[in-house]
Amino acid sequence: MAFVSSGYNPAKPMENRISDIGPRFFKDFLPPVLEKNYGKWVSHEILEPGLLVHEAESGDKVYTVRAGTARLVSTEYIREICEIAKKYADGYMRWTTRNNIEFMTTSLETAKALKADLNGRKFAAGSYKFPVGGTGASISNIVHTQGWIHCHTPATDASGTVKVIMDELFEEFTNMRMPAIVRVAVACCLNMCGACHCSDLAVVGFHRKPPIVDHEYLDNMCEIPLAIASCPTGALKPGKHDLGDKKVNTILVNQERCMYCGNCYTMCPSLPLSDKEGDGVIIMVGGKVSNRISMPKFSKVAVAFIPNEPPRWPTLAKVCKKIIEVYAAEANKYERLGDWAERIGWESFFEKCELDFTHHLIDDFRDPAYFTWRQSTNFKF
Amino acid sequence: MAKHPTPLLDQLESGPWPSFVSDMKHAAELRHTNPRGFEQQVPVDVIDDLLGLLEMSYEDGTTHWKHGGIVGVFGYGGGVIGRYCDQPEKFPGVAHFHTVRLAQPSGLFYTAEYMEKLCDLWDFRGSGMTNMHGSTGDIIWLGTTTPQLEEIFYELTHTYNQDLGGSGSNLRTPACCMGMSRCEFACYDTQLMCHTLTNEYQDMLHRPQFPYKFKFKFDGCPNGCVAAIARSDFSIIGTWKDDIKIDQAAVKAYVGGEIPPNAGAHAGRDWGKFDLQKEVIDLCPTKCMKYEGGKLEIDTKNCYRCMHCINVMPKALRIGDERGASILIGAKAPILDGAQMSSLLVPFIPADDPFDEIKEVIESIWDWWMDEGKNRERLGETLKRLGFQKALEVCGITPVAQHVKEPRTNPYIFWKEDEVPGGWTRDINEYRKLHQR
Repeated sequence: MAFVSSGYNPAKPMENRISDIGPRFFKDFLPPVLEKNYGKWVSHEILEPGLLVHEAESGDKVYTVRAGTARLVSTEYIREICEIAKKYADGYMRWTTRNNIEFMTTSLETAKALKADLNGRKFAAGSYKFPVGGTGASISNIVHTQGWIHCHTPATDASGTVKVIMDELFEEFTNMRMPAIVRVAVACCLNMCGACHCSDLAVVGFHRKPPIVDHEYLDNMCEIPLAIASCPTGALKPGKHDLGDKKVNTILVNQERCMYCGNCYTMCPSLPLSDKEGDGVIIMVGGKVSNRISMPKFSKVAVAFIPNEPPRWPTLAKVCKKIIEVYAAEANKYERLGDWAERIGWESFFEKCELDFTHHLIDDFRDPAYFTWRQSTNFKF
Repeated sequence: MAKHPTPLLDQLESGPWPSFVSDMKHAAELRHTNPRGFEQQVPVDVIDDLLGLLEMSYEDGTTHWKHGGIVGVFGYGGGVIGRYCDQPEKFPGVAHFHTVRLAQPSGLFYTAEYMEKLCDLWDFRGSGMTNMHGSTGDIIWLGTTTPQLEEIFYELTHTYNQDLGGSGSNLRTPACCMGMSRCEFACYDTQLMCHTLTNEYQDMLHRPQFPYKFKFKFDGCPNGCVAAIARSDFSIIGTWKDDIKIDQAAVKAYVGGEIPPNAGAHAGRDWGKFDLQKEVIDLCPTKCMKYEGGKLEIDTKNCYRCMHCINVMPKALRIGDERGASILIGAKAPILDGAQMSSLLVPFIPADDPFDEIKEVIESIWDWWMDEGKNRERLGETLKRLGFQKALEVCGITPVAQHVKEPRTNPYIFWKEDEVPGGWTRDINEYRKLHQR
């Protein structure tokens, strides 16, 4: 593994440096039919799950085949996508905002052959490489985060939980039989990178134990005021700790006020809090970002805790499936999960989905919490 | 033969959904056989060790990445997320495992030729593992060592005309929906605006100079395909001001069942025959539509432009011709003081190249927030702390009823001193002349 230089000269680091050139220009990568009809599309149709057609003013048509991916993918996998693109789509491809892959062609025949080819490709152990679907009233890909593959603050894994939920809901990716689209998101901690706060169904990694304070190192590793200011509930204060031979500046945690968000650890490496038994996930439901019919909505906490059960998180998968099944059976056409829950009332939502309602689900964070309680006699028994 | 046994991860190879474990195992093998003959610059067994480390996390239910990591390239203050594993003796292949963020083309279109070149570089100087794409939009290259960072950057910029994305307290990598490339709903050129503003503000993206992170996202219409309203501090969402265009013949075709509603999105289930009244007219949030005598009418003045009727009948109803965008600001995730969606700041603004009107609003907001925002305070939190009125003031925007969902219910109303006749400087002795103690 001999070092190979790119031409960069570490002795003169600023020499020949190119900076601030930004991304590549998107039009350099547009398939010709898209570039020709740019801004001149008149309509579209979903011909079958995973297969779209768009028609332009010119009469030109482009067929799009959409397939699921794991998002965490190797260059080998990307090279296979490139090979498929070259075979069927003149070497063009795009990714969607939910990390699916799309290939475009001007021929319906080619699109159908492409769909068949994609559905025929499997990994050695048997999972589909490029399952076609994710269009219309379906459950498309899960927007997710790093988890244990790369992040230092997770309370759960992302790639693993996503895989088990998508396995459980796979039929809904390749079909279009939901009342409306169901967006699922996973975030491995309360930072909620991605879309958990605004998805129909969201899984969020959650801790249940206050941080462990590494008093010996804390003052050397952390800017104490930054960690103090990072706490949403004011659970931290500066203080002294007696190590025996010396007293050190440190942080004192009021455990009664800590709700384990982990933000102080983000700021200070001496406040780790991950824990095998303590950590798990919460489930949130009812969020959406589109303005269709109703306003965008935040997702709400529906399940206060499900333990981490790697590798296949069976309880999590089961609860997700149950919520989806009840929603699919009960909601009206075009009704997003949040629209449905609000129409029937949250008490009915919990009853129908057979979810426990516990004290954890009642908001107690600052003034706005009041507005989530029920100032009305209107409720169902 | 795999370097580490992974009995738990192996169970994620079953099931229909694409298995990241199968992909990683295959990629790990190919790094050993190295069919393309790369002189691999990071450990050959990097993916084996990544799997081994992940298996350990699956066993003990906790992460094995050390806190933080500060690495990068000269000239920039962000773009690379440093990461070191906390078991470097057991898993030396991932002792360094830094992420490189690459600026993605707007709309995420690629050619195979370009993508293969990127793969060559990443196989040569990195782990070969990626995220396509990060939530913010970047191409994510997952795992390389510190000495490779400048080499990767040099090749990216010199050979591929390709820059890094953003990280840290700065403008992060902007992203957009696919807009006019392949959607008839696009009210403005999201991709061009995204590309133009990304280039305009390169300095803000590469060199952190803000109180905290700041994101742009560009949606072509209120359907929100890039989720701008929920996932960007500055959300630009396309809209129109004039009439929805109605093709009455096509409406009849929908009513007659010749065209499937919602472009066939619900075809997997029998929802009965399309019922225009039930599925469109009655669901319209403002009830501004009617269908009488075989003619569909929309009272434009009362339309919210929520997209529902257009979504249901894309071949009959089209967006208006007087197009532009709305600007909403302040979206963020929960930390610190609660999640926010963006709030409406500019109801309608022209959205044409070179986007000067939009830039003016951005820069007004930045001038204010860069001065007033507290350390690690998102724009949305600054708005909550200092008031929405302040944002209107710094942008020179007159308050209108569209700025609120409802007027305030509490009467704790601030006035500016010059709004009140006589001002606030008063003499108690003057007061006492009329009001004895």
